[in-house]
Amino acid sequence: MIEYVTSADFLLMMAKIVGIFGGVMGALAYLTWLERKLMARVQMRPGPTRVGPFGLLQPIADGLKFLFKEDVIPTNANKFLFVLAPIVALIPALLSFSVIPFGPRLQVTDLSVGLLFIFAITSLGVYGIVLGGWASNSKYPLMGAMRSSAQMISYELSLTLSVVGVLMIANTLSLGELVTAQQGTWFGFIPRWNIFLQPVAFVIYVVSAIAETNRLPFDLAESEQELVAGWHTEYSSMKFAMFMLAEYANMVTVSALATILFLGGWTGPMFGPEWLQMVLPTVWFVGKISVFIFFYVLLRSTFPRFRYDQLMRFSWKVLLPLALANILITSLIVALS
Amino acid sequence: MIPLNWYLILGAVLFVIGVLGFFLKRNIIALLLSVEIMLNAVNLTFVAFSSQRGQISGQVFVFFVLVVAAAEAAVGLALVIAMYRNRETLNVDRSNLLKW
Amino acid sequence: MIEILFFFFAALAVGAAINVLVQKHVLYSALSLIVMLTAMSALFILLQADFLAVIQVIVYAGAIMVLFVFVIMLLNLPEDEDGADRLRWLKFLGIPLGLFLLFLAVVTLWNVERPEVVEAQISGTPELIGRSLFTDYLLPFEATSLLILIALMGAVVFAKKDL
Repeated sequence: MIEYVTSADFLLMMAKIVGIFGGVMGALAYLTWLERKLMARVQMRPGPTRVGPFGLLQPIADGLKFLFKEDVIPTNANKFLFVLAPIVALIPALLSFSVIPFGPRLQVTDLSVGLLFIFAITSLGVYGIVLGGWASNSKYPLMGAMRSSAQMISYELSLTLSVVGVLMIANTLSLGELVTAQQGTWFGFIPRWNIFLQPVAFVIYVVSAIAETNRLPFDLAESEQELVAGWHTEYSSMKFAMFMLAEYANMVTVSALATILFLGGWTGPMFGPEWLQMVLPTVWFVGKISVFIFFYVLLRSTFPRFRYDQLMRFSWKVLLPLALANILITSLIVALS
Repeated sequence: MIPLNWYLILGAVLFVIGVLGFFLKRNIIALLLSVEIMLNAVNLTFVAFSSQRGQISGQVFVFFVLVVAAAEAAVGLALVIAMYRNRETLNVDRSNLLKW
Repeated sequence: MIEILFFFFAALAVGAAINVLVQKHVLYSALSLIVMLTAMSALFILLQADFLAVIQVIVYAGAIMVLFVFVIMLLNLPEDEDGADRLRWLKFLGIPLGLFLLFLAVVTLWNVERPEVVEAQISGTPELIGRSLFTDYLLPFEATSLLILIALMGAVVFAKKDL
C-alpha cells in the first residue's frame, strides 16, 4: 500500500487528476465570462468590461460574490433535500471528466466501458434538478423540475441511440480507443472522423445534447419568462453557483463527448519540435470543444424557445425515429461490408 | 478474493428486506420499490454465481431481469396514477372494491 | 483491501434497503433505493461485471427511479398514515418471521460446500455479454422486446384519463 502511494505511477495519476480538475474548474469559470461577452456582442453590448482588462477578472469577482452572499433556505423548504440537491447535481457533472481523454496520455483512467460510464453518470444529474425543484416547496421550481425530468428522459433516448451507429463502426466503448480509431485520413486530406460516416447521428447528437443540458432553445426547465428561473428559483449564493457550475460542466462534457465520438478527439495535424507535439493534441481537443461552446452560446443568443408540446413531439416523433433508422441503415452497411 | 457465500448471504439479506417491505408497507409505490429490492438481491446472486463459475449466462440473465423490472415499473406506475386518480389514495388496503 | 470495499458497499446496500422500509415519505424511500442501487453497482464491479454495473446505473438509477420520483412528484403525495387500519399488528408477526427466513437462508448458505474457485475468471465485457445474448439467448432476447412493447401499450392505456 505504502509502496504504491509513493510510486511514480501514483504520483503521475495524482498529477493528472489535479491538473485536469484544476484546468476544468478554471475553464468553467471562464466559460461564464465567454458566454456573457459573446452574448453581449451578439446583442450589440460591450458585456463585462469593468473588472480587469476586457472584464477578464469578472469570474473571480462573481465567485467571491457568490461566496459572500447570504445563503437563504426558504422556511417551507425541505432542508435536507434542499441542501443535497446542488451536491447531487455537481458531483456527477464533474465525475465524468475522469474518463475523458484530453490528450494521448492525458486521461485519468480509460475504462473499457467509458462511454457508458459517462452516460450513467450524467443520467444521475437529473436528480439534482428534480430534488432541487421539489425540495423548494414552491410552484415555479416544481413545474421546472417536472418539465426538466420529462425532457431529460425523452432526449436521453435519442442521445444514446444516436451514438450506437458510431459504436458499431468503432467496435469499442472505451473513449481512448474511440479516438485512436479515428486517426489518419482518407485520400490524404479528409480526416478519418466519424462525422463523415455518421452525419445524421451527429446532428441528432448535437440537438439532443443541447436539450439534455437544458440550454436554449430547449431550456423549458428554467424559462425565465414563465417560470421566474425554473428549478433554481429559490436558490441563492453558493448553492446557486453549484447549479451553475454543474450546468457548464455538463455543457463541456457533452461537447467533449461530441468531439471524441464525431470529430476525432485530440487527433489533428502534428508538427514542430517535440515539446509542441506533446501539447498539440490537447490544443486540438480544446479547440474542437470551443467550437461547440461557441455554437451553444450563439444558439442561446439567437433562437427563441420551443413550446413544451413542440419539444416533446420533436423528441419522440422526429429524433427518435431518425436515430432508429440511422442504426438500422448503419448496421446493414456494417453487416454487408 | 471474496468467497461466494458472502455474496449469497448479502443477497439473502436484501431479499428478506424486500419481502418484509412488500408485506409490511401499505403504500403501493413502496410495494413496487420493495419488488425492486428483491429483484436486485436476485441479480446479485446471479452475478456472483456467474463470476464464480466463469460463465457469462448469469450476467445475461441479469439483463432480462432489468428488462422485466423496467416493464414492471412502467406498467406499475401507470396503474398507480390511474389508482390515485380514481381513489385519491395509494393505500392498498383502501382499494377494496373488488372484495366481498 | 477488496474485503473492506465489499463490506463497505454491502453495509451501504443493506442500510439503504432498510431505510427504504423505515422512511415514512415514499420519496425518501425512492431516494434511499437509488443509494442501494448504486451500492449494488459497486458490488458488480467487485465481481468484475463492469458492463452490468454501468447498465445498472443507466437503467435503474437513470431511468426507472427517475420515473418513480417523477410520479411521486406528479401526485404530490402526503406522508403515509401510520397503520391506521387492520394490519397494525402485522409487523409484530412479520418482522420475527422475516428474521426467521433470513436465519434459515443464512444458515443454509453458510453450510454450503464452498466450490473451489474457478481459475478462469471472466470479466463481463460488453463483447461477451453481447455474443451470448445474440447466440444462445436470441429467442429470450426477442421475447423481451415483445414484453417491452406490451408494457408500453399497457402503460399508455392505463395512464389514459378516462379509465
